[in-house]
Amino acid sequence: MRRPLYDLAHTRAGDKGDVCNIGIIARRPAYWPVIQREVSAERVKAWFGDWCRGPVERYELPNLEALNFVLRRSLDGGGLVSLRLDTQGKTYGYALLRMQIEVPDDLDVPRLAPLD
Amino acid sequence: MGEAPLRIAGASGFWGDRNDALLDQVRGGPVDVVMLDYLAEITMSILRVKKMRDPQGGYAGDFLKALQPALGDVVARGIRVVTNAGGMNPRACAEAVVKQAREAGHRGLRVGLVTGDDVVDRLGELLAQGVELANLDTGAPFSTIRERVASANVYLGADPIAEAIRAGAQVVVTGRCTDSALALGPLLAHYGWAADDWSRRAAGVVAGHVIECGGQASGGNFCGGWESVPDLANLGYPIAEVEASGDFVVTKHPGLGGRVSAAVVKEQLLYEIGDPRAYQTPDATADFTSFALEDLGGDRVRIAGVRGGPPPDHLKVSISYQDGWTNAVGLTFVWPHAIERAKATERILLERCAKLGIEIDEHHVDWIGVSGAHGPMAPPRAEPNEVLFRMAIRTRDRDSAKRFGEEVAPLVLSGVPGACSGLLTGRPDPRPIVNFWPALVPRAAAQASVEVLES
Repeated sequence: MRRPLYDLAHTRAGDKGDVCNIGIIARRPAYWPVIQREVSAERVKAWFGDWCRGPVERYELPNLEALNFVLRRSLDGGGLVSLRLDTQGKTYGYALLRMQIEVPDDLDVPRLAPLD
Repeated sequence: MGEAPLRIAGASGFWGDRNDALLDQVRGGPVDVVMLDYLAEITMSILRVKKMRDPQGGYAGDFLKALQPALGDVVARGIRVVTNAGGMNPRACAEAVVKQAREAGHRGLRVGLVTGDDVVDRLGELLAQGVELANLDTGAPFSTIRERVASANVYLGADPIAEAIRAGAQVVVTGRCTDSALALGPLLAHYGWAADDWSRRAAGVVAGHVIECGGQASGGNFCGGWESVPDLANLGYPIAEVEASGDFVVTKHPGLGGRVSAAVVKEQLLYEIGDPRAYQTPDATADFTSFALEDLGGDRVRIAGVRGGPPPDHLKVSISYQDGWTNAVGLTFVWPHAIERAKATERILLERCAKLGIEIDEHHVDWIGVSGAHGPMAPPRAEPNEVLFRMAIRTRDRDSAKRFGEEVAPLVLSGVPGACSGLLTGRPDPRPIVNFWPALVPRAAAQASVEVLES
């Protein structure tokens, strides 16, 4: 089944200059291997489209059952010059959690995200 | 075992955070140290402007507002207070603390002062020594901004803070230092960890990282279940209880709101990091994948086994520079066809600017309520009830930025129909853009200096 990442993970995002980092944390241990498998650097780069003009790096933190994505040149020049509404990418984690991922049918995943 | 941990409380995550958090941390239960971070990337350039206007200004004056009601308790209980509120003028900030203490009748309060981070007057000297100061992110040469530099501050580490505490300082005021140094400094002074004890230093860095963003480590801005966080209006800020081994428990005072759970602490651990195996500071390089995190229940989360290595050879310097002007205008369009009218308004504004010679280097449009925050990632919606059209520009020319701000109000009468001013009213003023330029300098380029004042 396809589900929004929001149902399986929570997030925090932050900024350093023109770099946004997005932490993605499994809501339950059973979700961690699914998130590990589904959420690649390539998918994140494609998801952000022209809002991320540089490469995306992906790091695993198994001790936290979490991924860290580093999106270079993703803040329209950086928090001090960006013309966007969210100049520092504080909410970009939520943008990523909208992405649909493939989830095993037998995995119990309560619906959390509102239906589109 | 047996030795009581050092209890370090966070009470500010940026300049603009709650001023009553310090009093809450001091009154809410036992603490040994309170640390307050005031310096984001943008803050130093703002403080530089303030210092140029007033030689006694240029620091985060909010710190004195936070300290004033808490100072009696701080003095009576011997609590240490460590802050980077000094900003561009740590000496004036430390002197203001001394004055405040004296006026409140507290004689003999020792206030440590750490300087040496400000290298703006030494950039020529560094360039002459062969330091390139190229942009760390883009590789661009420093010559492209040299004439426009507003400030340059090296990120100092924890050792000068520890030195000030060993010299008897109860309050320590610094300029630019790493956020985590505000926690690691008191730990080094308390436990005497060796200069090459990288893992324990790294543990102090991780503890500092967790509590340096105020309420974000105790239930504020918590994505993983905000509905379950009690009483955000009385949010208790985080506390790290750090043992001699470097292992620590994140908690909060029981009488205040908020929540400290594994999920809450994980979010803060991931905040503003890059490669988790190499979180670099001047004090150590911390491995965020090395430790175990355990939820003990009762708003207590334990982090144990942090490993680390030596710091990099270079220090980061944060340079700010003038980079043109910006302005933003807005109009609210109501149902129906609000998006079409927003698109038409963008075209009209661009035509007006071309006709009037208003120079625009770049522009950006948001349809707030439809796709403002997340652009291409927000799915298309059915006809919205209203859209807040926002158009922002960058330009080299101040006058163009000003005149752009004057072009929106006439559109209520002369543009497409069904518009009201909404949030962005009148003739918005242009704002100068102060940009940020990260670079590296050799460790020897910044010599921290420590002194202790007394009330």
